[in-house]
Order: sequence, then C-alpha cells, then structure tokens
Amino acid sequence: MAMTRDRALDTTRLRQDFPILGREVNGHRLVYLDSAGSAQKPRQVLDAMDDFYRRSYANVHRGAYTLANEASEALESAREKVAHFIGAGSPNEVIFTKNATEAMNLVVNSWGRANLRDGDVVVLTVLEHHANIVPWQILADQIEIELRWVPLDHQGHLDLTALDELVDGAKVVSFSAMSNVLGTLTPVRRIADAARAAGAMVMVDACQFVPHNPTDVAELGADFIAFSAHKMCGPTGIGALWGREAMLDAMPPFLGGGSMISDVRLDGFTPAPLPHKFEAGTPPIAEAVGFGAAVDYLSALGMDSVRRHEVELTSYALRTLTERFGDQIAISGPSEPAERGGVFSLAYRDLHPHDISQVLDERAVCIRAGHHCAKPLMRYMGVGATARASVYVYNDESDIDALSEGLEAAGEFFAF
Amino acid sequence: MPGLEDLYREIILDHYRNPRNRGELPTPPAHRFEGFNPLCGDEILVYVDLEDGVVSDVRIGGQGCSISQSSASMMSAAVKGKTVAEVRDLTTAFKGMMSIHETQLEGTDEEGEPPPDSGSDIALGDLEALRGVVKFPVRIKCATLSWNTLAQGLDELAADEST
Repeated sequence: MAMTRDRALDTTRLRQDFPILGREVNGHRLVYLDSAGSAQKPRQVLDAMDDFYRRSYANVHRGAYTLANEASEALESAREKVAHFIGAGSPNEVIFTKNATEAMNLVVNSWGRANLRDGDVVVLTVLEHHANIVPWQILADQIEIELRWVPLDHQGHLDLTALDELVDGAKVVSFSAMSNVLGTLTPVRRIADAARAAGAMVMVDACQFVPHNPTDVAELGADFIAFSAHKMCGPTGIGALWGREAMLDAMPPFLGGGSMISDVRLDGFTPAPLPHKFEAGTPPIAEAVGFGAAVDYLSALGMDSVRRHEVELTSYALRTLTERFGDQIAISGPSEPAERGGVFSLAYRDLHPHDISQVLDERAVCIRAGHHCAKPLMRYMGVGATARASVYVYNDESDIDALSEGLEAAGEFFAF
Repeated sequence: MPGLEDLYREIILDHYRNPRNRGELPTPPAHRFEGFNPLCGDEILVYVDLEDGVVSDVRIGGQGCSISQSSASMMSAAVKGKTVAEVRDLTTAFKGMMSIHETQLEGTDEEGEPPPDSGSDIALGDLEALRGVVKFPVRIKCATLSWNTLAQGLDELAADEST
C-alpha cells in the first residue's frame, strides 16, 4: 500500500535490512506478526556477531592477548550501549543475563531471599507473564510471602482504584510495563511512586516495553527492570537486568562460579564488584555484541519514531479489523492506540486460535496461538488461548491487510 | 508442503462442528479425567462410566481446537462399548499412527503408509482421518490430548484398584 504522507519509519527501505523477510513460505511473502514472541534480526546485528566470531573471538576478562582484550572490550562496549539506551547512570547497573526471565529470577532469589521474611507482602498484577509470577511462587514455598494481585478493568487496564491499599505494607511491587497479551501500557511511574512511598521495592518487567518505547530508567522510577535482547532485534540467549547500583551492591550473588569472584579460599569467597558479581561463568559474548548492535540499530531509527510507527500501525489495525469484521472480532486490551502497544489478541467468531493460526500459516502469516505464558490472565479473561498478532519496526499496513484477509479465509474455511 | 486439506479432512470438520458425546456424566458413578495441553492452554474433560470393565458411556467436555475436539469426539464414539483392554489397544494403535516418521514429515510419502511399528490389526476407522496431523508436528499433541487423558485416567484407576 503506497503512502506518501510523512511516516514515522520508512518500512519499505527498512525491510531490506532483514534478510528473513525476503523469504517465501508456502509460496507467499513472509508476513511476520509475532514480534512480541521474538523479533527478527537485521543484517547489522547478524554481521556484527559474525564479524566478532570471525575476527575477535576469545573468552573475556581472562587473557592478556590481543583477542582476549578485543573480546573483553566488545562485551563491555555492548554493556555501555545498553546502559546508554535505557538511561542508566552507569554500565555497572546493567547485568547481562540469559534473558528477562533469568533477570527476574535473579532479583527474586538474591534480593528476595535477603530481604523477605514470613508474612511479607508481594504485589503482582493479573496480567503478568509467568516469568513474573512463578519465581515468586517458588520463593513462597520457602518464605511465607503473601501474594496480592492488582486486578484489571474491562478494557484491560490495571484497575488502580485500590492501589494504595494494595501496596500498603508491601515489601515488593513487581509488574509489567506492557502486557504481552493485551498490549496495555501500564502507568509505571504512578505505581512505582505509590510503591516506593509505601516502602516497597519496585521491579518492572520491561520485556515488551523497552523494544518499543523510549526508555529512561530514571523516569520509570523502578528499582529493577528486566528485558531481553531477542525482542529488540538482538540475538537469543542474552537479556539484561538494570538495577540501582546501591541496591545491586547490597545484594548477595545469585549464581556462583567463575568470573563472579574476587577471591576464593577453602573457607569462602569474596564476590567481584558490579556488574560481574552477577555474571557467573563465561558470558554470552557474541550475543552481547549482537545486543549492542541491536541497540545501535534501534537508536539509529530513533525510539520516538519506533513508538510513533507502532501507534500508527496500531490505529490502522484496530480500525481496519473492526471495520471489516464488526462484532465478529474482539480485540483485547485498550481501544486507544496511545494507551497500548502493537499487540493484538484476537477472538474471531468462535474459531480456535490454533485453527486460525494454521490457516494463516498457509498464507505465510505468522501469528502466535496459545496462552502466551500468561495463564492467570487467560483464566481472568475466561479463555484458554488467544490468537495474537504483534508488530514491530518492519511491519506495515500490508501486513495487517494480509492478517485481515487470512482471517476472512479462516472464517470461510471453518464456516458452520 | 502439506496443505490445509491434509489436516482438516471433511470428517474431522464434521466431528468438530457436530461433536459426539459432548457433555458430562454424574460423578460418581462416572469417572472424570482431566487433561491439559500446556503448550496452547487447551483442556479436556473425559467422563466414563465403567460397567464390568466395559466403557458403557462416555462424555467429553473442555475446550480446544478443531483437531483436539474432533479427535476427542471420534475417540468417544470409538471407545463406547469397548472393554478397558480394548481401549488400551486402540489407544496404542492411535498413538502409533500419531508418532512422527521422518519420511512422512519430508512429504516423500504422500499417502502416509502406516508406520511399521503400529504393528496392530486394529481398525481405526474414522480415526484414520487424523493421520494427516503427523505432517503438522505441533498439532500432534492436540490430536493425542484426549487419548492421553483417557489412558492416564484408566491407568490411575487400575493403580487405585490394585492397592
């Protein structure tokens, strides 16, 4: 669909950066609408990792030879890029983890065990991903913490009418900045302020937020945020935990092993200073290089433009899908594009998400069908699964149109 | 590349649109077995009345996709009136058909010959229509959900009785 108006991103040109988008599946142009699951990678990221492996690869922080120095510099330079990308005060505040899930497990296990006692209250919300639920439930087996849940309103916003009572006496408030199912952007600052006023630690699952919005940790007001590289055009196998330096400093190590120590004796160990205290073992070095390249790529696009593009595309999707299918389609989450990200959980007629996704796959339209690792939310919504389409920088109106046509075809195929 | 018609055979769509034995049975005397597909959130409820080791009645509840629902519907029709031993044999034969074979996945065997280890002479009847599911590996768990639920439930019953 040719449009000449001023657009936030030149998707036609930008798509050339993503080799996989040149692929055909089942004889159709690939229409990738599962970026909330994982984003595709531009050649800038692929090349950076490939180049690193071909020219500079060695283990880090161990050798005195040239390659080891280059690899160590590459790792630390990636950390600086990620720190800068989220407005961190210092690279020491950025811990590389396996993914956002591990980042949150780190906080629950390290900070949680050191600071929580029987009877303490942890506030979560019903829209959380399992990664911000199950670690707390595991901890609750050992420390009798009480889990409280922030409910939702009818549009999929957090219902904060009882926020003050919920956070009253809480030791932790941990919540998602953007729902991976509903697309809801949550009022992070407001919740963080209320939580901190109540004396609670604040952790934000920013996995869906950081890839799609300008991020400034000082503005968010949290103590910790977690996110993954693979949802922001970077590789799998690496994520990041940002935490306030003083808090990270005070926390005991999580995983033990090489790299995370200053000294080891038969009678004990002294942990390394930040950030290495929390990075046991050989880190994902090439992945960090890719993470840094992904951050460079997104920074070059401009995160304001990325967000603007997604608001445009979200408006288009909500409008055209509703116009075409009327009350045969229900799109979960806020109806106002400014209050949400480009994640659309669809209920279409009475078709099962798996069946929708199967018909769409024949047209090379990739969407996610399932519970999206948010089963409590699925139960809250009264469904077992949803069909979820999600967009990113490389998607445009033609992808939404392909989704729309695929839904039409699925409706015809399963017509009763 | 297998197409939609390989997966959604007419008889499957028929069972999906008009599920057989849909509903519940009072428990007790009926037994209620529950199964989940953690991958997609589908859940299935299988109610069976057993009389002298024979499945005298069966009902299916829960929610799922066309494949899991039609497979459950077909299963309910297939097991009614069978002995528990016969149900086990049928389950083995069905799951044999559902096991993945490289050649079939690569599409070199268009008609999908029965896998050599299915090795039984049990007639699968309508259930044969689900053979195409093996070409869509992620959907195999949909097709086997009700069968695994029933088999596991019967195993637990047998274990309870032997203690």
